[in-house]
Amino acid sequence: MNLALKDIQHNRGRFGLTALGIGMLLMIVMGMGGIYQGLIEEALFLVNRIGADLWVVQRNSRGPFAEVSRIPSNLEDRVKAVPGVLTARRFVSHTIQREHNGNPLRIVVQGLAWPDDKGEWLSLQAGRHINSAHFEMIADQLLGLKLGEKLTLGKDAYTIVGITKGMVGQGGDGIAFFTISDALAIQLDTAAEQSRLEREARGGRISITDLGRFSPELLERAKGPSGGIPTLPIAFVSAVLVQVRPGVDPEAVAQTIRGWKDVSVHTAEEQRELLLKGAVDKSRRQIGLFRTLLVLISAIIMALILYTLTLDKVHDIAMLKLMGARNSVIIGLILQQAILLGAIGYAVAYLLGQELFPKFPRQVIITEEDLIVLGGIVLAISVLSSFLGIWKAMSVQPSDVLS
Amino acid sequence: MQEQIKKAVEAFNLIKIYGSGNTQVHALKDVSFSLSQGEVIALLGPSGSGKSTLLTALGLVNPPTSGQVFIGGVQVLDGPKIFVEERSFRRKNIGFVFQKANLIPFLDALENVQLALEINDVSARQARKRAMELLEYLGIAERANNLPTQLSGGQQQRVAVARALANRPNLILADEPTAALDGFQGRKVMELFRKVAHEQRAGVIVVTHDHRSLDVFDRTLQMQDGILQPSQEKEG
Ligand SMILES: Nc1ncnc2c1ncn2[C@@H]1O[C@H](COP(=O)(O)OP(=O)(O)OP(=O)(O)O)[C@@H](O)[C@H]1O
Ligand SMILES: [Mg+2]
Repeated sequence: MNLALKDIQHNRGRFGLTALGIGMLLMIVMGMGGIYQGLIEEALFLVNRIGADLWVVQRNSRGPFAEVSRIPSNLEDRVKAVPGVLTARRFVSHTIQREHNGNPLRIVVQGLAWPDDKGEWLSLQAGRHINSAHFEMIADQLLGLKLGEKLTLGKDAYTIVGITKGMVGQGGDGIAFFTISDALAIQLDTAAEQSRLEREARGGRISITDLGRFSPELLERAKGPSGGIPTLPIAFVSAVLVQVRPGVDPEAVAQTIRGWKDVSVHTAEEQRELLLKGAVDKSRRQIGLFRTLLVLISAIIMALILYTLTLDKVHDIAMLKLMGARNSVIIGLILQQAILLGAIGYAVAYLLGQELFPKFPRQVIITEEDLIVLGGIVLAISVLSSFLGIWKAMSVQPSDVLS
Repeated sequence: MQEQIKKAVEAFNLIKIYGSGNTQVHALKDVSFSLSQGEVIALLGPSGSGKSTLLTALGLVNPPTSGQVFIGGVQVLDGPKIFVEERSFRRKNIGFVFQKANLIPFLDALENVQLALEINDVSARQARKRAMELLEYLGIAERANNLPTQLSGGQQQRVAVARALANRPNLILADEPTAALDGFQGRKVMELFRKVAHEQRAGVIVVTHDHRSLDVFDRTLQMQDGILQPSQEKEG
């Protein structure tokens, strides 16, 4: 006969509610771990998905995710010429915030090196990849945009041609993919008036120099688009991504590029490390500490619950001792209930989490490893927290039956 | 008459002093007596005379300050010294019944008796079988699957008696087992003790204030201020 189970059967409602409470507490502990994993996953998502071997960025910059990095877009061609390089493509990524249907909409604008990169590596939920050099975008479903919808960003309207799932930037915002030139246009969006004034000013500046006075055709040029003026800087991108030929050590290629005075190079692994050490690290420690506190609180609450459960049975425990029951019978009763409470709580946490976590705005990722570790922690909590109750039970005297 | 000679319990010169200094209480003052197997005796006496103290001393729950106790021919106590493994000795040799039945509230009648057997290493199957037999013997088999709260006081007390009998103890110690019952129920429980003593060859000591049921007992002992009065044989 199992005393622990009999007692639980008899006090089903109370035990059930207690287990539910512990389960919800454990769900939060579980969720904390999930939020942490989600944070890492989101931070590394782009780096992992893009799968570049090397990131060429502005000199001494930590890369486009950590800080501003601006390099001329034609660096791509220089990199392509380095021995061992298979492909090099420009990388543009920045976050914008706009109003959409009255709600703030944060979008990570991600440039695709069209036409080499049409976004074929994206798995689409609906629609198609980018087919045209301009005015098409692939949006993540997180952004809440519909296929075929037109979104005006800057001067132009972009048609949503494809929908992805789970494509999020470092901050948990949904990513939208554009061609690089569109992405740059969105980034450098200047009002028409500003362009007009700049052209006027250019004309003004040149007309007071000898050059302007003796070459009137230059004045004509100055009034045109900036792309047509060779001395003006060409477009900047955030980075150039390099894929090395199979069998080539990325580090060797990196060495060559490191020799250049105007850029820095990070391997994919370094890029990941920079990401985790930088933006994510503080959040990670924050969540870690919070989680430790929650585990501690759960342990204390469980210890109190088991202690009260034991207090309620002091008279029965005295009777058991009087009847000559071994201590193992009494310890077994308390310990089994503790472990059962922990196990049911854990199951409740898992099941509730499965329901609730997907509804969170940012990713909550429960890994198998986390589940196993938490299982171990719950078991440890259950056993440790039952000690208080067991200590109480051991101090009960058989003669207490008479009182 | 052979069994009459074999002793269920023998006590020599039991002294129990509670507390110390000015607040000392001499609860037992040199108590000696013996009880044969198959004998059922009533222990009478005013409140505070030391009846419960004697019972708990014999039950190894509250050892005396000095004196010796033998149960089933084995010396178990010399003053506060206990010579046997207390729990195992109790579960094999002694049965307790109190004013309250003290049944485990989350176990039904059958399970309460079964538990006493299982903690004495009887297999679950065997324990169940014997527990049922005991409930039948005490006439409450039909309430076997009721929880204590679903039983009357008298029924609960009969389950408690069944539990005390479960491991065929040499000695049954009952402290005012009928105090919470009406006269009729009380008498039935007293008669049960007599039946158990005579049929199962156990020694039974029953502390009681109920003088109407004294005819049930083989002997009556009188406790007075920590001293046991000479016993008086029951007539008939
Ligand atoms: N734990 C204790 N500490 C101090 N004194 C005690 C203790 N237990 C009992 N006594 C005292 O010992 C004496 C005998 O008590 P005991 O309980 O044996 O009496 P009793 O005959 O069972 O009385 P009642 O009929 O009221 O149950 C009393 O004076 C009581 O106050
Ligand atoms: Mg008493």
